[in-house]
Amino acid sequence: MNRRDFLKNSITVIAGLAVPLSALELINPRKLLAEKPDGSRVRWAFLVDTQACVGCGFCVKACKTENEIPHETNITRTWVERYVVTKKGKTYVDSPKGARDGFTTDRIDLNEEGLQEINKDDVEKAFFVPKLCNQCENPACVQVCPVGATYQTPDGVVLVDRKHCIGCAYCIMACPYAVRSFHPEYKTAEKCTFCYHRITKGMKTACVDACPFGARKIGNLRDPDDPVTKTIMSGRIGVLKEQYGTKPQVYYIGLSKEVK
Amino acid sequence: MVHGEAWTLKELFVYPNEYIYWTIQIVMYPFMTGLVAGAFVLSSLYHVFGIKQLKDIARFSLVFSFALLPVAMIPLQLHLQHPERGIEVMLTPHFTSAIAAFGIAFSTYGMIVASELWFVYRRHFVETALALRAKPDKSPLERFRYLLFSTLTLGAWDISAHALEKDEKAVKIMATVGIPVACLLHGYAGFIFGSVKANALWTTPLMPFIFICSAVVSGIALCMLVYMVTMEIRKLMAGWKRKQDPSLPSPEAIKSMEMYEITMTSRYLVYALIAALGLELLDLLFRDYAKFQSWEIVRSVIFGQDFVNIFIVQYGLGNLVPLTLFLLPRITAKRAAVATILVLMGVFMMRWNLVIGGQAFSASFAGFMHYELPIIPHDIETFKEGLIGAILVGITPFVFFWGLNKIFPVFKYDDSH
Repeated sequence: MNRRDFLKNSITVIAGLAVPLSALELINPRKLLAEKPDGSRVRWAFLVDTQACVGCGFCVKACKTENEIPHETNITRTWVERYVVTKKGKTYVDSPKGARDGFTTDRIDLNEEGLQEINKDDVEKAFFVPKLCNQCENPACVQVCPVGATYQTPDGVVLVDRKHCIGCAYCIMACPYAVRSFHPEYKTAEKCTFCYHRITKGMKTACVDACPFGARKIGNLRDPDDPVTKTIMSGRIGVLKEQYGTKPQVYYIGLSKEVK
Repeated sequence: MVHGEAWTLKELFVYPNEYIYWTIQIVMYPFMTGLVAGAFVLSSLYHVFGIKQLKDIARFSLVFSFALLPVAMIPLQLHLQHPERGIEVMLTPHFTSAIAAFGIAFSTYGMIVASELWFVYRRHFVETALALRAKPDKSPLERFRYLLFSTLTLGAWDISAHALEKDEKAVKIMATVGIPVACLLHGYAGFIFGSVKANALWTTPLMPFIFICSAVVSGIALCMLVYMVTMEIRKLMAGWKRKQDPSLPSPEAIKSMEMYEITMTSRYLVYALIAALGLELLDLLFRDYAKFQSWEIVRSVIFGQDFVNIFIVQYGLGNLVPLTLFLLPRITAKRAAVATILVLMGVFMMRWNLVIGGQAFSASFAGFMHYELPIIPHDIETFKEGLIGAILVGITPFVFFWGLNKIFPVFKYDDSH
């Protein structure tokens, strides 16, 4: 066989093989697992009732204690934002120290700009919005990690492997919700884990347990009888920053258009 | 104190975890890789397209590109919170991430530059080694040099005309393959920024192209500048040495800077500068026209707090002034030197305005962050990610170049390539 014949025959064989092979579909094992009725039976989701939150900050304090985030540092896995909208339509937002100590003054903390006094008669509406990791279905942070130190568990929670994180901050940059930071001691990416060490043992998250008003709830989306799932499915709920396509899994009751 | 707190000032509403996490070293990183890629493209102009006038500067920029190469990695290492794990990007890359491509792009490019250099200088290695071998009683230094150069030949001692011809062919192939890889190395740095959808200033598919064009601009500018400066220094040193030993060649006899190399190179610089400027203005125009949700805050950064940095320093002093200097007729070496310095400053400011400017506003679109560059370090972090760290990164390629010049002589060597 000369070279020309060899090449000709090879192309024929490849073309011939390609037809039956194209009939086969590559099956993603994770997709298969999800479609199987006895696959992962848990998908954690969070429900925040902004109408119930009073901004006491107990959740923030409990989170810091539970997850060993030094009390004095300014980073926090969860925080509460205060929104004050004036009659003229101006919105003021603050979250001093992530509301670790609650909101102890009426004045709005504008950081370098100092404290802003707002006349009570000018206030149109005011409310609190707790924030935490959205445990996105399509997490940008997991995608961009160059070493795979951050990953999504089968039940939907995004975790960080502190032994593997190189500390490049790409995940911090990629998160549209700014929930990530660096841990002051471990120097690795730090984030809310829905208290994974607790929820996998049948407990609630520290913030849910600490909330005296039931503003925070955690539930399993795959369980149709879970009250959280029921509210998410049948209630009027919203999510944050949908435009980034990350499919956030923290749902909000009473979300207002001013919320960033 | 958490990372970033030392140099971040917050204004209005900024999320509690937001700080300026990517600092001066991340400005240095695209600046340095840009210089590497640009210097290589310049050297390829001679090897691939056969622009004979660029012979001197081409060999020079090839060696310089090699000297810059390890430096592209240093800023990344200095910025990592766990530099000891930095190698894991190469060992266990997570391929959904753009950064995972770093190891592949960087090492491919490094191997190409190294092999091109080897082919260019193989004859020199052989000749030096043979000359040293012939010498009867060698000093320890000479013995070391002999060992070094004979190792560098990698056992290929044949320097017949036929073999050298083959070398030349290999150089051409390496230079050709090197251009797209150099663009990939730098375009990928642009992609890292351009693909961050959470950052309103960075997200644009134009970013890799903007990066490549400005890389070529900065690479050519630096090569021109260093070429001019080293040529002048050599002349000065020759004059000074001749005072002690009159037998040495006079400054006039030493090959000096060739003006046509400067005019020729500056022409390519101008092309690349116009392309870079065009793309950047297109991006700005598009944003202003499309008016996305984020535009309000991005505009207030671009036209407000960063106005001087962007329009006066970057576009004005860094782009338009040197462009005019290059385009005015009868260019002189002094004018070219001033223009190249301004161009380099302009490209650096472009990186600065991008990296720092992209973090100048909060993801809440309701507040701002200001970066205070740590000048006097008070701990390891403010040292690494402060002025001193950046200056160290800036100096290193020149130190490497000085060392490499001992092995790959840029100036004295008269080769066939």
